[in-house]
Amino acid sequence: MQQAQYQLIIVGGGPAGLTAGLYAARGRLEVLLVERGTTGGQVLVTDWVDNYPGFIEGLSGFDLVDKIAAHADRFGLTKKYAAIASLDLTGEVKSVTLENGEVLTASTIILCTGARPRKLDIPGEYEFTGRGVSYCATCDGPFYRNQEIAVVGGGNSAIQDALHLTKFASKVTVIHRRDQLRATKILQEKAFSNQKIDFLWNTQVLEVRGDKSGVDSLLLGRQHGGESVLKVTGLFVLIGIAPNNELLLAHPMQTDEGGFVVTDEEMTTSIPGVFAAGDIRSKRSRQIINAAGEGAVAELSAERYLGSQVTDTSHNRSE
Amino acid sequence: MANDKVVHISDSEFDNKVIGNTLPCLVDFWAPWCGPCKAIGPVIDELAAEFDGKVIIAKMNVDDNPATPGRFGIRAIPTLILFKGGEVVDQITGAVGKSQLQDLIKKAF
Repeated sequence: MQQAQYQLIIVGGGPAGLTAGLYAARGRLEVLLVERGTTGGQVLVTDWVDNYPGFIEGLSGFDLVDKIAAHADRFGLTKKYAAIASLDLTGEVKSVTLENGEVLTASTIILCTGARPRKLDIPGEYEFTGRGVSYCATCDGPFYRNQEIAVVGGGNSAIQDALHLTKFASKVTVIHRRDQLRATKILQEKAFSNQKIDFLWNTQVLEVRGDKSGVDSLLLGRQHGGESVLKVTGLFVLIGIAPNNELLLAHPMQTDEGGFVVTDEEMTTSIPGVFAAGDIRSKRSRQIINAAGEGAVAELSAERYLGSQVTDTSHNRSE
Repeated sequence: MANDKVVHISDSEFDNKVIGNTLPCLVDFWAPWCGPCKAIGPVIDELAAEFDGKVIIAKMNVDDNPATPGRFGIRAIPTLILFKGGEVVDQITGAVGKSQLQDLIKKAF
């Protein structure tokens, strides 16, 4: 029987993956965390985290995830920065093939690949990304000082970011395809009373227009017919998230209709030895504290799975 | 970890240190309020060590230096632009991984 190099490989280095890694390194597992970009995940674009327990004054998303990473480092978590080409999850020994051809093997996998901003998929969106089209209000808001911009979306993040953008822009038009917001009451009240925010209801963005210097207008479509042009220099697309599940599509893994991975409350997926935590999971509440908590649960479940397999599989674990 | 191989440049130094440089130059446009910018900071340091003597790896704080980002139409950060012979070779926006930045830099050769 082939030996696995690691007891656990964690795929993704956001709050879920780093917490799983912290637990595993502290538990002295042979563990590797693989991250394709930089550790942190979506929290990096969170301007301010005000409700993470223990941080009484609040802190920036970057500072929080930096602390979680440093905490995992204290227990000696090994991280590898590389893009993954494919996963083979079905056997008792799982394999992770990197884009450079290197193959890593493990007895258990925790998927913490997270999610990314959903796109509108309309003409001009890709062309003008970084030149007027943005998915990160905290990153790009200051480039729109005294300019008129638009936000598309009606959920919590859209409205929270619209409010944030009023610090810079002279006017923020919220474009929403429904006739009411999904955002919480408190955010709605703040947005409705903000003089800089306008709303366009039952409206969709059909096209992003501009020239060499960037975006100059949007083509809008009303639900009951009629097109119009809105002059703006920026469009913030805040219409929710899509799962980073490309590596999983080849697997017979249970997902919801949105493509998010279904687990039980122990973070166990439909494939034995494979666990999932954080925003890649199918769930209602997407909070940093959830992601971290799920990372811990997934790691403990992986340890239990390893314990149950110990009679069948041997590891090259050093003493 | 700070790396002294990374060159911090200002608007007034840009033409001299980047456009007029005989070596290719990667400029990381960043700001202290941008989480993804801070996240790629260590990667930029590593690249500066890796390409030392072959490529200038520079950082420009867009808060302190608004003219140069405006000149290159930058409205999102982090944006990394590779210059060679005073011309833009290619650019990337977002907190991408080290290998993508290495691929970007290699376009100068």
